[in-house]
Amino acid sequence: MAEVSLREVVKRYDEVEAVRGIDLDIADHEFVVLVGPSGCGKSTTLRMIAGLEDITGGDIAIGGDVVNDVPPKDRDIAMVFQNYALYPHMTVAENMSFGLRLKHYPKAEIKSRVAEAARMLDITDLIDRKPKQLSGGQRQRVAMGRAIVRNPKVFLFDEPLSNLDAKLRVQMRIEIKKVHQKVRTTTVYVTHDQVEAMTLADRVVVMNKGRIEQIGTPNELYHHPATRFVAGFIGSPAMNFVPCRLEEAGGKLNVRVTDRLAFALPPARAARYANAPRNEKLLLGIRPEHLSEANGHAAPGVENFETVLDVTEPMGMETLVYFTLQGTQVCGRVNPSAGARDGAPLRLAVDLNNMHLLNEGTGAVL
Amino acid sequence: MVEVAFQPTSVPQARTARKASSLRNALKRKSTMAFLMTLPLILLIAIMVIYPAFYSIHLATLNKAMTKYVGFGNFQFLFKRETFWMVVEQSCIFAITAVIFKALIGFIVAHFAHNIPSRKQRKWRGMLLVPWVIPPAMSTLAWLWLFDPSYSAFNYTLGLFGAGPIPWLGQTAWARFSIILVNVWFGAPFFMIMYLAALKSVPEQLYEAAAIDGANWWQRIWYVTLPMMRNIIAITTLFSLIVTFANFDITRILTAGGPLDSTHVFATWAFRLGIEGGDIPLGASVSLFMAPILAIAAIFILRDISRRGNEA
Repeated sequence: MAEVSLREVVKRYDEVEAVRGIDLDIADHEFVVLVGPSGCGKSTTLRMIAGLEDITGGDIAIGGDVVNDVPPKDRDIAMVFQNYALYPHMTVAENMSFGLRLKHYPKAEIKSRVAEAARMLDITDLIDRKPKQLSGGQRQRVAMGRAIVRNPKVFLFDEPLSNLDAKLRVQMRIEIKKVHQKVRTTTVYVTHDQVEAMTLADRVVVMNKGRIEQIGTPNELYHHPATRFVAGFIGSPAMNFVPCRLEEAGGKLNVRVTDRLAFALPPARAARYANAPRNEKLLLGIRPEHLSEANGHAAPGVENFETVLDVTEPMGMETLVYFTLQGTQVCGRVNPSAGARDGAPLRLAVDLNNMHLLNEGTGAVL
Repeated sequence: MVEVAFQPTSVPQARTARKASSLRNALKRKSTMAFLMTLPLILLIAIMVIYPAFYSIHLATLNKAMTKYVGFGNFQFLFKRETFWMVVEQSCIFAITAVIFKALIGFIVAHFAHNIPSRKQRKWRGMLLVPWVIPPAMSTLAWLWLFDPSYSAFNYTLGLFGAGPIPWLGQTAWARFSIILVNVWFGAPFFMIMYLAALKSVPEQLYEAAAIDGANWWQRIWYVTLPMMRNIIAITTLFSLIVTFANFDITRILTAGGPLDSTHVFATWAFRLGIEGGDIPLGASVSLFMAPILAIAAIFILRDISRRGNEA
């Protein structure tokens, strides 16, 4: 087991710069998830750690040793691919033991390691089957088993759940977490699904356009996003951004959304934004879960307002409501019994204790 | 309507109606329609392939003048002749050696061509296919000149190094070598193009997985490329074995079976006996002898393919 560190890592393909100088330190035993939209450079970063892509600049170190020019086979890593990459002509046992056989491990040890991994992943009955005779979820388990038997320094996962259906994805997500709890191997996991990132990671690395936007624990990213991109990427449904500006009225700080709608900031937020520019265009960032139906009780930092709903989406445990503020579509989450109907008026409550203010131009969170 | 059907006078009418409707049903069935639509091709194959095949079997049972049925007489006669066994031996040596080298060279060249960047690859692919697209009768004439004992480029070049001259087509061992060489030159591009297509169908991630698993270049070929290409290798080998076994033009042009019948293969010897020697039934018997040998090879190779069919 080992730590992984990336220093100023750059990857350039002819004209295109896929990764633009990344610094990242992954601690021993840590589960780090690289998340971002397609083309953000997360897979390229993973493949550079694996040694499947040359790096254009910078250094990658595994266990303290720089591995820039070390071939994949000598990096002591194991990788799980999106489409499993199982050898179709080998049985499950042969697939899992392939790496060990190449390294001439004793037969007895290979057998016991394969049996142990198969037991851990609950695939003991499938050990003599060929990949074609397995379902998607079973193949994914075998691919993980192939990684586990090697007992490598680092596990690399490249969007391993993308090819599975939604239900199986949830199941396998838990499976991966359990495996990591057992083997505690340093893991780098790439996904474009922020739910996977939030549920699996010790720390999440949000990437965009070849750069790291923010690194943090799932809670840090959710509660304290550093940029508009992170604020909008983490959380589902995504955070609402409504154009607004700050104004002082009667010694209090208000956030004005429209001519007729302004919210008084709670003291903690008012103190934070005391030095924020008054005349610049700002965005009010508020998550749907902090926009719910007004319940009549006044709570500190919670402001009520009246709106007319455009569309409602009943989800069972909650109803998503959509309305328009300043030409922007805003989403809220209300109780199914709140009486939200398409086109009907509804009194909503906004929890300003969890609001964010962003600079519209730079996208920075104030 | 039902009561009417029970009236005795209406029974024949009902029967005709039933016949018509069963014909209509038969026509509606997909398998019937499929059979009818492929019937012209089936007839064509029957006329062009099956009829000549059976006719040659019939010919092989006649005497030289084709006037009398002699049963297996021609075969019994062949088995007693030394030349026949030499032809069997030479055909096997020729076909097996040539196919092995064609496959080997085709695989190596395909592997290198596969690693050339795609734009340049197209040019190389085109150039490498040239030997295969020139009519062999023409290209073999050029080879005939290259093998000429007195004026050939080969012997001239060897002479510069103080070696040779080599009787390329005049000595049994050299003549056999030369024929195989030309056949390999002509046939390797076919293997190359088939293997190149097969190589392209191997998912890149399998190589990446193997690289991470610790496989070196050679192990990736042995454990990933070759197993993934097994079926295409088997089919091309079988196909090439059939074509090479039945090869006629290269041997005919280069040596015409000589020296002393030592380079004859089935096709050239059948031609020699049947057309040049005027004994068509005997020639037919020789050519028929290829069928059982190839059938055995085909059974072995195809059985292997169907056994592995459920892997991919």
